[in-house]
Amino acid sequence: MARAVTNNRKALNTAIAWTIGLVIFFPILWTILTSFKTEAQAISDPPVFLFFDWTLENYSVVQERSNYMRFLWNSVIIAGGSTILGIIIAVPAAWSMAFVPSRRTKDILLWMLSTKMLPAVGVLYPIYLIFIKLGILDSRIGLTIILMLINLPIIVWMLYTYFREIPGEILEAARMDGASLREEIMYVLTPMAIPGIASTMLLNFILAWNEAFWTLNLTAAKAAPLTAFIASYSSPEGLFYAKLSAASTMAIAPVLILGWFSQKQLVRGLTFGAVK
Amino acid sequence: MGQITLKKVSKSFGDVEVIPPLDLTIEDGEFAVFVGPSGCGKSTLLRLIAGLEDTSGGTISIDGNDATEIPPAKRGLAMVFQSYALYPHMSVRKNIAFPMRMAKIDQAEQDRRIEAAAKALNLTDYLDRKPGQLSGGQRQRVAIGRAIVREPSAFLFDEPLSNLDAALRVGMRLEIMEMHKRLDTTMIYVTHDQVEAMTMADKIVVLRAGYIEQVGSPLELYHTPRNVFVAGFIGSPQMNLIEGPEAQKHNAHTIGVRPEHIDVTEGSGMWKGTVGVAEHLGSDTFFHVHNTGLRDMITVRAPGEVSFRHGDEIYLTPKADVIHRFDEKGLRIA
Repeated sequence: MARAVTNNRKALNTAIAWTIGLVIFFPILWTILTSFKTEAQAISDPPVFLFFDWTLENYSVVQERSNYMRFLWNSVIIAGGSTILGIIIAVPAAWSMAFVPSRRTKDILLWMLSTKMLPAVGVLYPIYLIFIKLGILDSRIGLTIILMLINLPIIVWMLYTYFREIPGEILEAARMDGASLREEIMYVLTPMAIPGIASTMLLNFILAWNEAFWTLNLTAAKAAPLTAFIASYSSPEGLFYAKLSAASTMAIAPVLILGWFSQKQLVRGLTFGAVK
Repeated sequence: MGQITLKKVSKSFGDVEVIPPLDLTIEDGEFAVFVGPSGCGKSTLLRLIAGLEDTSGGTISIDGNDATEIPPAKRGLAMVFQSYALYPHMSVRKNIAFPMRMAKIDQAEQDRRIEAAAKALNLTDYLDRKPGQLSGGQRQRVAIGRAIVREPSAFLFDEPLSNLDAALRVGMRLEIMEMHKRLDTTMIYVTHDQVEAMTMADKIVVLRAGYIEQVGSPLELYHTPRNVFVAGFIGSPQMNLIEGPEAQKHNAHTIGVRPEHIDVTEGSGMWKGTVGVAEHLGSDTFFHVHNTGLRDMITVRAPGEVSFRHGDEIYLTPKADVIHRFDEKGLRIA
């Protein structure tokens, strides 16, 4: 049952929530605003907020100087590919941990997560060498694999949590009904876990989209995604805040739009299991 | 065909032995009920037969073939779960079709069997709904429908009615019994409710702590319980078990008298007591009688029109030929 909340209290809570939301959103808003300023206004002191000469000049410069579409396409392939590959590997892994746990299942889960605590730079050198040896440096396939690997612990962990919510009796019923293991996972478990799988995929896509360390270090020109596109605007010739902002806005726009349309799904997924 | 034989079947979880080696045969076409208090191992036993748990020892054969190592899907058994275990993302039709789809039965035959099952179970109007849009009784029917269409050699029921309200439970109980008569297929039914066991079973298997206490027809168990546990478990209200001097008079450690085998009178009788609570059911009245000196409370079943009040002094006389006698180990003395 909902707790009784007075109207004043409600208004206060709403105000606080909006304030926190705005503080979190402010850098993004500021980036977007700056992208419409001239370089001079972008660094003016005191800063101008809304009353400046709106211009699209930065966007046309950015578009002329680099091929946005190519970076975008790389980002889509790398983020999408690593997400799909990750799910294919993680669903059976999470199934076994959730439904046929052994004594070591908890340890394995923790161990997997512990790889996320390792500073990535610690393994940059060996991975860089491996990539050279395999000839996958600056390739989409290489980046897809590495991003899948670094996000895999999170995918497995999230799916494991969702799967744990599914009553085991339903899977047993499928087994009694003659479903093989593959059929049980394909026709019963996966459709029931769709909300969880969707939000896991979404989160993983966003993480992979924004991942900068590996994408910057393992690419040069061919496979560079949007993170490299942004980075190319903080160049030795000096900082061009307005153009950098325009590039950033173009880089985050697709995933921002995706996130906006799927926010319901995302919130449901992230709080899944918290309340029955 | 569906004869199920268990030989020296046992189950341990880690160091805990939940089912010590036991032997049991369920004949083809029989309605067998596993009954016992919670934690007695009845569900585990059913799951061993289903193949959802691996045995720790012994063999399970179905129609004479060793099925111990056969996966659940290949045993030809269908199971109805307590929670119904319907697939929530599939319509009723798809739920019922699922086992046939797994068995790759052709579509026309699938449709024929679905129609037949839906008709028998009053589900025809609900075939396109999702389980979430059905009532508890309807969901249970879908679960049964899903079991029927497989045409299994035996049905396994794991407390299928315990999530239903009392009125529905009685109705579904009859439906399952009629289904058994119609299909003439082996059924194994697990319940903790001895009324369900008594009314439905051809053969009752009473379990306690993994041990089979007695196997027999409902009336065998009622008339000749093998020990004190079965005597107390079968029959409602419970048998009055009396120890001490009164039992010694009958050369026994414990004697048992069923509430329906005691005559109540105002004037004189064998035992004297005071009426406590009286439960009027209309057809019968149950008196809880105190201060008899035999045990805390003696339950007596009297005809509905007998009306004593709280505090009345009454006399009780057990019918001599239906006093059950047990020795100090709790076993029946013949």
